[in-house]
Amino acid sequence: MRPFELVRPDTMVQAIEYLQAYPAAKLIAGGTNLLDLMKEDVEQPHILIDVTRLPLTSIVITDDGSLRIGALVKNTDLAYNPDVMEGWPLISAALLAGASPQLRNMATTAGNLLQRTRCYYFYDTAAACNKRSPGQGCAAIKGHNRIHAILGSSDQCVATHPSDFCVALAALDAVVVVQGPLGERRIAFADFHRLPGDSPERDTTLDRHEIVTAVELAPSAYAVHCDYLKLRDRRSYAFALVSVAGCLEIRDGVIVSARIALGGVAHKPWRDYRAEQSLVGKAPGKDAFAAAASILLSEAKPLRDNAFKIELSQRAIVHALTRAAAGSLHKLPLELGNRPLQ
Amino acid sequence: MTIAHVTSPTHIGKPVSRYEGMDKVTGRARYAADFAAPGMAHAVVVSADIALGRVTQLLTAEAERLPGVIAILSHLNCPDVAKGDKAYQDQVSPPGSPFRPFRDERVMFDGQPIALVVAEDFETARHAARLIHVVYEQDTANTDMSAVLGIAYKPPKKRFGMNGVPGRRGDTQDALRVAHPRVDAHYETPPAYHHPMEMHATTAIWISDTKIHVHDKTQGAQNSRNYIAAIFGYSKDDVIVEAPYIGGAFGSGLRPQYQLFLAVLAARELKRPVQLMLTRQQMFSFGHRPQTHQNISLGATGEGLMTSIFHEVVAATSTYEDYQEDVVHWAELLYATENASYAYALTKLDIATPSDMRAPGGGLGMFAIESAIDELAEASSMDPVGFRLQNYSERDQFEDRPFSTKELRSCFSEGAAAFGWQHRQAGGHSDGHVRLGMGMATGIWEANILPTNALARRHSDGRIEIETAMADIGTGTYTICQQVAADVLGVSLDMVSVRLGDSRLANAPVEGGSFGAASVTAAVEAACKALKNKLESSARDIGKHANAPIEAEGGSDPYYFKTAKALLGFKSHSTYSHSAVFAEVAVEPELAAIHVRRIVIAVDAGRILNPKTARSQIIGGATWGLSMALHEEALRDHTSGRIVNRSLGEYHFPVCADIPDIKVIFIETPDTKLNPLGVKGLGEIGLVGTAAAIANAIYNAVGVRMRKLPITSERLFEGLVQNERHRTIGSALPLKGASA
Repeated sequence: MRPFELVRPDTMVQAIEYLQAYPAAKLIAGGTNLLDLMKEDVEQPHILIDVTRLPLTSIVITDDGSLRIGALVKNTDLAYNPDVMEGWPLISAALLAGASPQLRNMATTAGNLLQRTRCYYFYDTAAACNKRSPGQGCAAIKGHNRIHAILGSSDQCVATHPSDFCVALAALDAVVVVQGPLGERRIAFADFHRLPGDSPERDTTLDRHEIVTAVELAPSAYAVHCDYLKLRDRRSYAFALVSVAGCLEIRDGVIVSARIALGGVAHKPWRDYRAEQSLVGKAPGKDAFAAAASILLSEAKPLRDNAFKIELSQRAIVHALTRAAAGSLHKLPLELGNRPLQ
Repeated sequence: MTIAHVTSPTHIGKPVSRYEGMDKVTGRARYAADFAAPGMAHAVVVSADIALGRVTQLLTAEAERLPGVIAILSHLNCPDVAKGDKAYQDQVSPPGSPFRPFRDERVMFDGQPIALVVAEDFETARHAARLIHVVYEQDTANTDMSAVLGIAYKPPKKRFGMNGVPGRRGDTQDALRVAHPRVDAHYETPPAYHHPMEMHATTAIWISDTKIHVHDKTQGAQNSRNYIAAIFGYSKDDVIVEAPYIGGAFGSGLRPQYQLFLAVLAARELKRPVQLMLTRQQMFSFGHRPQTHQNISLGATGEGLMTSIFHEVVAATSTYEDYQEDVVHWAELLYATENASYAYALTKLDIATPSDMRAPGGGLGMFAIESAIDELAEASSMDPVGFRLQNYSERDQFEDRPFSTKELRSCFSEGAAAFGWQHRQAGGHSDGHVRLGMGMATGIWEANILPTNALARRHSDGRIEIETAMADIGTGTYTICQQVAADVLGVSLDMVSVRLGDSRLANAPVEGGSFGAASVTAAVEAACKALKNKLESSARDIGKHANAPIEAEGGSDPYYFKTAKALLGFKSHSTYSHSAVFAEVAVEPELAAIHVRRIVIAVDAGRILNPKTARSQIIGGATWGLSMALHEEALRDHTSGRIVNRSLGEYHFPVCADIPDIKVIFIETPDTKLNPLGVKGLGEIGLVGTAAAIANAIYNAVGVRMRKLPITSERLFEGLVQNERHRTIGSALPLKGASA
């Protein structure tokens, strides 16, 4: 780890000024990812801007029934918030599927959005990685890549986004609220994370001088029929091989609307509106779910080690939507709802 | 030797809580890197990030300029140390030329230490290590075992202490040709790493140019002492190595590791104390459980009587040492056949030398054997337990002699009853969309005893002190020493204190191989008995020396260790512990998800000195067996020759949620042919057999034979998809070994 300077702004204005003044600065809140990256020499910031003094720690239900989650709300506090558990149980289930209790106690809402990939080669400064050092090449494309992308990758980068929380946020069409020198900007969740393309070093569309202040969720039509299913190498403290946030709005036995977001398979939570649209007007059932899954995965491409993820994703989507239709998330403790075999 | 004075023990056999438990949970117990000395400097290792080549330049100027940096040591300025291999060999070295840090510019494995930065504080040392730029001339490393299977060789020199490979009995090829049923299967196991919670660390305190005091993470304080003395030219009496507490080691602390060499080197050079702790990533840079490829062929008659065993293993080793362990002789101890043949070969890779890792050899070989036996039982249309009973070997066919004790039948019956084995159905059963399966396997481990000494001292106030250099690697050695001493001397536990893990104390070997308990308690018993005799005979003189402590030494006096010849393996009986492991798994075939629901393990490990610490040992071993079955694998990128999942985030082992209820049953028959207390040892037996029991349970649940570890989602998934396609259950792959 290299030495760094720590500054601790008390106001948003001050924080943005620091960002403008120090191009190589990094924001730090919970530090659950950044500190690891600094110890591994992947990140070498000269200045850390500790944003934990900013007043962004509240969870508010607005007049129109929306949920506004402050950027500094801890993952644990959000997951167990009674309003969230009641109105957006998918969020709780996804959060509790991630990391460990100790990490969730430290990790923040915005930090979760901004965590970096867990690609092995990104973490190894001796390996070629375009995300870490643009132009170096990608060791993962021909290396160990069972945990890598099957969708939306480029010949520059096959990394995946590791978050569970973001998969749920993508499914629920969250809005990311950011503050910059020119004021506030609202970014649709689907536009917040990027695909790697030719610049995999950029994970998001956040401008360098902007700070995430909140994440907003509209009142959910999917509080009853939703499910978060996470398939992984062990039952806790492992990133998803494949995860699915599945949501159904069912009226009179017919699907009125649907949301499917896939995690662990791409550089961002993966959605396909055609797949969701295909379910509208249908009765919930395995055939309809399988057809939607096939659409969603139609452009999936395997690497050396991850072909299994295509078929596994197909089955996971059917499984998650079946559970969503049954409303089974409500029948289990939330900590356990995300796992198979309960 | 009699055990008359402990036939009705007060403390032995009781679930006494750990002697050092309070020290450990309150932080009073100090580990190697918890020690400090005035003026102590901190060291950080610079590790090679290539797997083969030469260091052509070490650019250290920027690091040297950093305030607080004291020295940067490497092959370029390594002070004079021993040159021959002999000085670097230790109690458990395999044949070959041991790794010598900073020997020259060559890089032989990924993560090899190539420089050491010493600074006034840890942060500076760590920062400086990042500023060193290494220029390499890189060669193409071969780390892919499948590429060198064809050039496997029989190790020319057997590693000391090994049982070795059994000779051929009968005509296996002929017997296999006519056998029906017959099973031929190929198994693969990955490289795996110990990962004790405490990373390897050494605090080396310089006393004078001829004396050094070392706190080391080691399973053998005297082994580390001898190593340091030989390499740096100290007199053995002038090197003190202490390791009273070890935060797990599992074999990684048997051989002196490079942090010991480097810390002592720096302390000697700088004439001040130096502390060095490896990082978690650097814990992937030395010993590990070797990768294996195994072929097994088994034959039986139509009545389910086994006729032949063939077991062939190729294991990976480094380019500079022939690391060996007993992977293949186990079937020879368990299954009575007319014909058997075994082979064990090594193949060299550009990796660090493997090392003993919990249940070395046995854990690997028994996964393959017990998986194949399950297949043969099924092919014989027999229950797996019934099949094992029908082919039960009363004799050790390898050494052709009887067992001292073998309570495996009781392990089967009591384990099966506690598990509910009678409810097992061929083909498992369903619970909703989940498939449930039951599987079992036999476990076996060598019960051994090595010459060990202990000292017992009685103070005038009646307090007893027990001392031996033997380590407690977290297993409960302190506690059993205390229990034995209290019983022999007829005092309460709180009158007995125990000192372990100090090279100055009575001679003891490294603690490992499940021989620790048998060896050390026999020594403690002998020392206490000698003390008792001394006290009785000097009772009339006691007035003269009322305040002087009285001490007596004693050594474990195993019947068959009395001569040098005996030491090399002559015994009248074979001594092994046994177990039967039963596992129930749930599999969700649709998602290739596996969860082990429960494990029952019945263990014959002779007399149980302390059922509380003994149970912990077995639970730990069984958990590691589960880990081996489902989780652990070091992934090496063969282009770079480097391990890619070098963190506990990506190198997976089970979390608490993966570990089911584990019921432990002890079949207690003291084995007094092995040692006076009848102890057989517990360190490895919990692991051996567990992986096969789980793999066999998965087969029972979903009809897929998992022959490559770990059983990951994709491997199970592949098997399930193939099954769906072919609907042929358990068809074995053709093998080179069987037809050879």
